Amino acid sequence: MANMQAHGPVALVQRRRWRRLFSPLPLITGFLTLCVVLMLVVILWNIVAGGVGRLTWEFLTTAPSQGMTAGGIFPAIFGTVFLVILMTIAVIPLGVATAVYLRYYARPDAWFSRAVQIAVKNLAGVPSIVIGLFGLGFFVQFVGVGIDKSFFGGEVTMGQPAILWASLTLALLTLPVVIISTEEAMRAIPTDYLEASYALGATRWQTIRRVVLPSSMTGILTGGILAVSRGAGEVAPIMFTGAAYFLPYLPTKLNDQFMELGYHVYVLSTQSPDVDATLPLLYSTVLVLLLLTFALNALAVVVRARLRVRQAV
Amino acid sequence: MTDALTVKMRARKLNFCYGDNHVLHDVDFDIYSHTVTALIGPSGCGKTTFLRTLNRMNDQVVGAKLDGEVSIDGEDIYRPSVDVTALRRRIGMVFQKSNPFQKSIYENVAFGLRIAGVKDRRILDETVEDSLRLSALWDEVKDQLDKPALMLSGGQQQRLCIARALAVRPEVLLMDEPASALDPISTAKIEELIEDLKLRYTIVIVTHNMQQAARISQFTGFFYMGDLIEFGQTAKIFTTPTQKRTEDYVTGRFG
Amino acid sequence: MPVITPHVSRTRPSYGLRPADRRRDRIMKYVITGSGFAAILAIILIFVFIGKEALPVLTSPEVHQEVTLSKMVTPLEGRAGKPKAYIWQPVSQVPKYSLPPLVLGSLKATLVALLFATPFAIGAAIYSSEFAPRRARELIKPVIEMLAGIPSVVLGFFALIVLAGWLKDLFDWKYRLNATTAGIALGVAAIPIIYTVAEEALRAVPRQYREAAQALGATPWQVARSVVLPSAAPGIFAAIALGFGRAIGETMIVLMASGNAATWSWSLGDSVRTMSATVAAEMAEVVHGSAHYNVLFFIGALLFVVTFLINFLGELYIGRLRRRLTGSAA
Repeated sequence: MANMQAHGPVALVQRRRWRRLFSPLPLITGFLTLCVVLMLVVILWNIVAGGVGRLTWEFLTTAPSQGMTAGGIFPAIFGTVFLVILMTIAVIPLGVATAVYLRYYARPDAWFSRAVQIAVKNLAGVPSIVIGLFGLGFFVQFVGVGIDKSFFGGEVTMGQPAILWASLTLALLTLPVVIISTEEAMRAIPTDYLEASYALGATRWQTIRRVVLPSSMTGILTGGILAVSRGAGEVAPIMFTGAAYFLPYLPTKLNDQFMELGYHVYVLSTQSPDVDATLPLLYSTVLVLLLLTFALNALAVVVRARLRVRQAV
Repeated sequence: MTDALTVKMRARKLNFCYGDNHVLHDVDFDIYSHTVTALIGPSGCGKTTFLRTLNRMNDQVVGAKLDGEVSIDGEDIYRPSVDVTALRRRIGMVFQKSNPFQKSIYENVAFGLRIAGVKDRRILDETVEDSLRLSALWDEVKDQLDKPALMLSGGQQQRLCIARALAVRPEVLLMDEPASALDPISTAKIEELIEDLKLRYTIVIVTHNMQQAARISQFTGFFYMGDLIEFGQTAKIFTTPTQKRTEDYVTGRFG
Repeated sequence: MPVITPHVSRTRPSYGLRPADRRRDRIMKYVITGSGFAAILAIILIFVFIGKEALPVLTSPEVHQEVTLSKMVTPLEGRAGKPKAYIWQPVSQVPKYSLPPLVLGSLKATLVALLFATPFAIGAAIYSSEFAPRRARELIKPVIEMLAGIPSVVLGFFALIVLAGWLKDLFDWKYRLNATTAGIALGVAAIPIIYTVAEEALRAVPRQYREAAQALGATPWQVARSVVLPSAAPGIFAAIALGFGRAIGETMIVLMASGNAATWSWSLGDSVRTMSATVAAEMAEVVHGSAHYNVLFFIGALLFVVTFLINFLGELYIGRLRRRLTGSAA
């Protein structure tokens, strides 16, 4: 046995193994993948390193001062939270209802439901700046001005950038996220459950309310969380519909303007009179925004994982 | 035994199509009160489809068309004025694969009552206990009513589904191969259950297990390719069938 | 056999459908159908409204005093003595609205983005679906998701503050903020979508094809080269197309890192002004209803149409791909 020379088929295998080790494609693509990971690491590292220094409790709870070189960004955090809450109130009921419609009320062949499906798909692809344009032209300048004319005798109350309009604009942007996530959760419900409910004499709405919605709750939550994460990070839709750089007050009424984390980063980056002085504050703001976004995304992943476990039971 | 029998449900000249597929041809069928009627036949012969016409479960299928009459206590159930949800509370259904809701055991059984508007906790408690006793599950779950239904075994889940169907006090119980997914012991328990239930309910059961049909039913209908080939008392169908095809099937020559 | 003794009374309550439930069922039917309406209304409204505000550019005589379609695409008179050129100068005594610099700007930035993103994204997709051990694959997915989760304003910030400095030193350009700086950041933003769709396309290749090749003794490299890539190629192109759609519609990154100069130049080291950045930068100060206002909406409409078309075609292809994937997974 030990004297067997390695030639013939065995040698072929050995040679192949060499070639496999050094064949180009796996190496190249592996390297490229590594680069992608590196990109993420570099960006995160830079932001964390630059921003963590200023990240104190004081930073999160006080207002900016001394021309944005000191203080904190509490108003921006407040504005972002308020904005996103309003957005959620608008987007979740509408998104869930649309998903329910598409799955349980629409006849699959009817032209109307096909149209709604296409509308949702395309809404997801509209650039955020176009939605911002729509928000300005429609909500602020058309609906807002119309409300002013009808209810306030022409006095400018709603016909100006306001947190209400900004949140509605964001709701439009994130509507597809909620719809798709809810649909995904509903699709996981086996038809047996529905049949059992109908066989017991339930109406369609009763079945939806008592069987479908409770089972889809995780999916709805996931969609909501992802929508919030997206909404907190987008700037283009709120640029002309209500965000402001510096306000001495916090937004309390629906027609107030507001400070916002992402918008703050944008303005501070591009229009700061003294870039070096405001840089620390800017870095920390970016870090806060990033942490917020990542925390929300991670939460959505956890919720979605729980959904899978439950459905597997 | 036959002289005390009344017809509970009846089908006359029943034709059913899924789109272009003509699945049931001219079926005439009588279901007698307080009996167990078995529907047998090879796969795809239409027995499940026929079962589902009895509680209008086929209404939801796109492209389903029904011709003919199906009546309960003499009333046609396909008249436009009939309230389908009320109908389904008179005619309950248990499915082949047990499908308890993702809720607790208690809530599963109480589901039908809640959607009918029953809110009184006392009535709910009473009916839940009663239904679970009827389906021989009470002793096994009485301390765990709040636990998720999905943690029960396959056989227990199916008995839970039976309890759930019984909670709304139907008159007729339709069962689509209720024991086909279960082990022999659970199957035996369910067959025992059916024997007891027929005292208070009328039961129609689809089964591909001929021995089961012979054991528990009083009447049997043999379906083949959408036609009702033969219908009659179980004993007769299995020992001296009049149709050759029936004889071939029950003796196992095909199936 | 135990005797069953029911505890409840023998009377049979009949549970018909209460009128309240019937009413509620009907009301909810209208409410829910109504929201289906709302979704389609939203997108039609967006389309209609933007079109409505963009239309005067093509039809209104007042607007035509300032700008017409032909004036937007042909070189214009500049200051006396200078040759005709494309000039974008909406705020001046004689407003000028040349579109080509903006379109070129968008295209340049997007081109850089795709050139940068495609090798990395496709390479990672190939590695992930063909060669990567299980542990690596489970690492790549969250990395991509995190990359996708970075808000574009953060990427713009990074490009402006960090990347621009690095690249200027590296390439020794005149301007820190230009098509390439913005383009690379855009590329980072596009990598997740290109990766996701390409990876799906690669996974959609039926297992039988791979196994047939492997059974004949092919190495993973050979399997990839001869069987998987050719089969997945159309899906990969769809992925790139969707990346293009994402990049061209992106606003914050270019607003912050492209230099915002509407020049007509082919160099990738020059500052650019993209269509999206133009709208974003000028929308705040524009007079409602003016010709400038209409032109901005016109640009928005252009963007909308372009991304709509690309996404539509891309989605069409992906739908077909998904059906193949679920079909072969059966």
